[in-house]
Amino acid sequence: MSDTTTILHDTANRLFSDSITPGDLARAASGDWLQTQWQQLEELGLTLALVPENAGGAGLEAADALGLVRLAGYHGVPLPLPETLLASWLLANAGLPVLEGPLTIAPAHQAEPLRLERTGEGWRLRGELSRVPWARHAAGIAALADHDGQPMVCLLTPDGYTLDHAVNLAREPRDTVQVNCALQGAHVAAAPDGFGPQQLQAAGAALRALAMAGTIDRVLTMSVNYANERKQFGRPIGKFQAVQQNLAVLASQAAAAGAASDIAAEAFGTTPDLLAIAVAKVRTGEAAGSAASTAHQVHGAIGFTEEHSLHFFTKRLWSWRDEFGREAEWNRLVGEQAAHAGADGLWPLIASV
Amino acid sequence: MLSIPFPKPPTSEAAEALRLEVRAFLKETLADRPPAERALSWTGYDEAFSRALAQQGWIAMTWPKKYGGHERSALERYVVQEELLAAGAPVSAHWIADRQSGPLLLRYGTEEQRREILPRIAAGECYFCIGMSEPDSGSDLAGARTRATPVDGGFRVNGTKLWTTNGHRAHYMILFCRTGENTDDRHGGTSQLMVDLSSPGITIRPIRDMSGLEDFNEIVFEDVFVPEGAVIGELGKGWDQVMGELAYERSGPDRWLSSFALLVELARYLGTSPSERAQELLGRITSHLVVLRRLSRSVAGMLERGENPALQASLVKDLGTGVEQEIPEIVRQVVDIEASPGSDHQLSAVLAHTLMYAPAFSLRGGTREILRGIIARGLGLR
Repeated sequence: MSDTTTILHDTANRLFSDSITPGDLARAASGDWLQTQWQQLEELGLTLALVPENAGGAGLEAADALGLVRLAGYHGVPLPLPETLLASWLLANAGLPVLEGPLTIAPAHQAEPLRLERTGEGWRLRGELSRVPWARHAAGIAALADHDGQPMVCLLTPDGYTLDHAVNLAREPRDTVQVNCALQGAHVAAAPDGFGPQQLQAAGAALRALAMAGTIDRVLTMSVNYANERKQFGRPIGKFQAVQQNLAVLASQAAAAGAASDIAAEAFGTTPDLLAIAVAKVRTGEAAGSAASTAHQVHGAIGFTEEHSLHFFTKRLWSWRDEFGREAEWNRLVGEQAAHAGADGLWPLIASV
Repeated sequence: MLSIPFPKPPTSEAAEALRLEVRAFLKETLADRPPAERALSWTGYDEAFSRALAQQGWIAMTWPKKYGGHERSALERYVVQEELLAAGAPVSAHWIADRQSGPLLLRYGTEEQRREILPRIAAGECYFCIGMSEPDSGSDLAGARTRATPVDGGFRVNGTKLWTTNGHRAHYMILFCRTGENTDDRHGGTSQLMVDLSSPGITIRPIRDMSGLEDFNEIVFEDVFVPEGAVIGELGKGWDQVMGELAYERSGPDRWLSSFALLVELARYLGTSPSERAQELLGRITSHLVVLRRLSRSVAGMLERGENPALQASLVKDLGTGVEQEIPEIVRQVVDIEASPGSDHQLSAVLAHTLMYAPAFSLRGGTREILRGIIARGLGLR
């Protein structure tokens, strides 16, 4: 990791821990938009971390920039930082303008793809996008549409769509977007070579894997701290072997999720390694379920209250493991490749990631 | 943040080039080895194979040349280890000497011990076992009672070691025993001795395990004379030295590939277009193995840098053996076939062996509960 990256991560870590309070998590969950904190993210340049230098970004290695997503996960940052990173990265790589303000991307797996048609000098885009993260607060949405078999990146602005609000378990916006608009030529471009819906889905999965790894780190930390503080039978519950053994399993799941998210970060790119990202999403998703369950068990009844902040993190884990492809979907991709590799190719496949 | 760090594993082009060399060698050498034998994993015993491997320079890979080693990187060694296990090679004869006893001698041994023993290990001709567990001290290693009493020119050893893998076939045992007074410090007064197993007074009784193999043993010491020169490291420092070995013992691919032969047979049985459910289950286990491999290689990197990742190693072993034990359960969910020892149906035979051997995975080399206790200590809970 370069010095620049270390400074960026330290800065982000400080900002997140200073400016995201449990009260902020509750406000965001009740629908408030944390404008002050968002501005701080922008002022520090965090939102452009994935944009290449020639497009006005910081020119970091993708894997280093993506470390921000894991940190944001740890702090439960209730803002579309991962989505903005991904959207600005996609727009910049397609040669489209990177708008200021929060941006988001449309998950690629939709019931029907967006329809993009030529209209003279410009374009017309129609269709419906479901479960678009943070759409109601976004200054723009980066979406993929098909044009004669060529995936096109489209930049949509709020005047081009209407919204139906919906949320995930953590009450993060996951809106339905009805699109029917004209797009100027400057807002449509061919996707980078080899980048289609599956690659976009993988890019999103990589970000969720990183966010889950950070969040699992957080629930581990909260659980160990709680076990050291909470006393029953005259001593901290963390002194009981039964509790220790559960926390050890939680720590192992956190380590596995961390390693998996490192795999995801290294595999991220315009031609992502789908197998590696699939592995990472599967493993972090499985760790997420296990970690959330253990964290609640350790916290007892207080962790089940709305007042305690554990639920902000466990609800995110339960949501994110399903977003951009749940375990079953990515398991099938890995399993298909494993079966294709066959008895003699299985090990070389594993050793190639 | 309390998560346990696993730094990015090192990569090496030399190691990847070596990988292809190892694969080619194993493909030829193991061409006739049936799946049911590959399934023995690192309990498969074949001295001729160990010698052939030594001729390739694939034992004692990281040791100094003056002791018969090859001065290659830990990463290159790791690649050879994982390729051997993935192929189901019979590595048992030299495995413990190469993994653990040789490195122990390199670190703590006298020059004489190193010069005498290490070149023979490197040649694939000298095998070791580890004398730790006893009838009344299994997980509680500090409760060991085997005692070496000082006598003229050395020690007289009395006691019993149990569950000693390859005790009946090894030339030497690294014996963990008491040499000092019993004190309140249960770890104090313990030492490691290198015992020649052909010494008079040693009785070795192989114990058949529930899968039908005879790998482990009961070894009784009755007034066995062990010369002074057999002390490894410092008298009374046995506990610390043993703890230093554990990272080698617990983090390697031998802690997550023990059932791999079964997964290979499953893949063979399923063919190239299995059902969606089979894909999902195969994909899940494959994903787990990929992540375990990364964790395990991360520990190899820490070892290479001279760190002591005993905590990380415990974690790898706990996660790895869990997956090793899940693999037969996955097979049962995908394939309608009954496990049958010795069956001509290879998947059935391999499933039978793996099912019956699987309980050992989370017992040998430190039980699951002990490992989790170590992790809990690493979290600051103990």
